[in-house]
Amino acid sequence: MKPGFSDPVFGAQSGFAALMNAMARPGRIQDCNALHEPPPGLDPAAAAALLTLADAETPLWTDAEGEARDWIAFHTGAPLVEDVARAQFLLATRAMPALASVDLGTDETPQDSATLIVQVATLDDASGWRLTGPGIQHEHRLTVTGLPADFAVQWARNRTHFPRGVDVVLCAGTRLAGLPRTTRITEDR
Amino acid sequence: MNAMPPRNTPGSAYNFAYLDEATKRMIRRAILKALAIPGHQIPFGAREMPLPYGWGTGGIQVTAAILGPRDVLKVIDQGADDTTNAVSIRAFFAKVAGIATTTRTAEATIIQTRHRIPERPLTEGQVMVFQVPMPEPLFRLEPRLAETRRLHALGDYSLAQVKLYEDIAKQGEAGTSYNHPVMVAGRYLMSPSPIPGFDNPKLHNSPAIMLFGAGREKKIYAVPPYTAVESLDFDDHPFRPMRAPHACSACGSTTSYLDEIVADDQGGRIYVCSDTDHCRENQTP
Ligand SMILES: [Zn+2]
Repeated sequence: MKPGFSDPVFGAQSGFAALMNAMARPGRIQDCNALHEPPPGLDPAAAAALLTLADAETPLWTDAEGEARDWIAFHTGAPLVEDVARAQFLLATRAMPALASVDLGTDETPQDSATLIVQVATLDDASGWRLTGPGIQHEHRLTVTGLPADFAVQWARNRTHFPRGVDVVLCAGTRLAGLPRTTRITEDR
Repeated sequence: MNAMPPRNTPGSAYNFAYLDEATKRMIRRAILKALAIPGHQIPFGAREMPLPYGWGTGGIQVTAAILGPRDVLKVIDQGADDTTNAVSIRAFFAKVAGIATTTRTAEATIIQTRHRIPERPLTEGQVMVFQVPMPEPLFRLEPRLAETRRLHALGDYSLAQVKLYEDIAKQGEAGTSYNHPVMVAGRYLMSPSPIPGFDNPKLHNSPAIMLFGAGREKKIYAVPPYTAVESLDFDDHPFRPMRAPHACSACGSTTSYLDEIVADDQGGRIYVCSDTDHCRENQTP
């Protein structure tokens, strides 16, 4: 079994710093290289995000299999669930579950919604989508390869449920970017 | 399962910044959701801290959950770095986390505060952590927590507006008092903590991350950077941030928030900057 953070305390702190900045500044790409040896199939950033946030209190869904699945169960202690609607954290390494299929919270407890971590092929913040909303002064740009073709449509629907809604963390290699539910995505036509 | 315990269990590592790792994870999860739902109060399992309530245990727990070894911490109480409360909290974190502390706003990466937002404009590299005694902006109107949750869920703040209107009609001016409620991103009514109305505009579209921790009430909420924060007001009583109409007797500032000090036993008064670091900077050529 591959190890977790070489230093659990500072590894989690630096993983959290990347996640907090990602959620506070949507689309702004953060370096997250606290985990040096992720198991096969997991990106360092995605694995670090799970180690930072998930534990026995947080039901977790993932499509990761084999060694990666065992690694997640062992190092986080999170109960793995089959039903995406019951998960507090989801890690998609291949096909992402539909945004509407996860727990969106309730109007009184919107914080109970799931956080979806998606491993994507690439992230680039020089061009692409135009992001606006809280955390963004004018606009941020983001190009993501490896998401479903209709992601922006699903995202627009997610925004209509506010304050309910899922929050997304996009991970590629040692980099990650956040899409909190408040972010508006505009596609250039 | 393996016979070894998983990593993410309590008590597996020493407690950097006092809190155990399980508590930090719980607070960190709350902070991320707070940033995703600006102005919405999120309950958290607050821990007992080695300081009494009123000393900012909510702010201390938020600071402990975000603090890293390279952070530089500033703590202010009112606007000053040298009060017992501010000195104690700085010393606490220097001891339990070994981090650097500062009194200079410009050098700080995390600023824990009670009562003030520094005069010096904040930057993108900074996080403000507010110590909040009462997070619920509706508490004087509606004592039932279940009912306030319902009103926030509906975004129904008509009650708050009626009450505020009555207050303003009595006092004559909006913006003179502390803890003047704000609307965050056009959706949630939020208590800005007991800062003067003068500081409310500093919450609006700030480059910094603003985190709020209420220890006794066990709530965390947040304002992300560059987020609209508007003080509740009315067309016939617009919100105007107020300061005493004097110059600071130490640095001469006519724009900073001033404390009134009784200067002699004849009842003579002088005015000095509440933000001691700002006043010091102004006096340095
Ligand atoms: Zn002064």
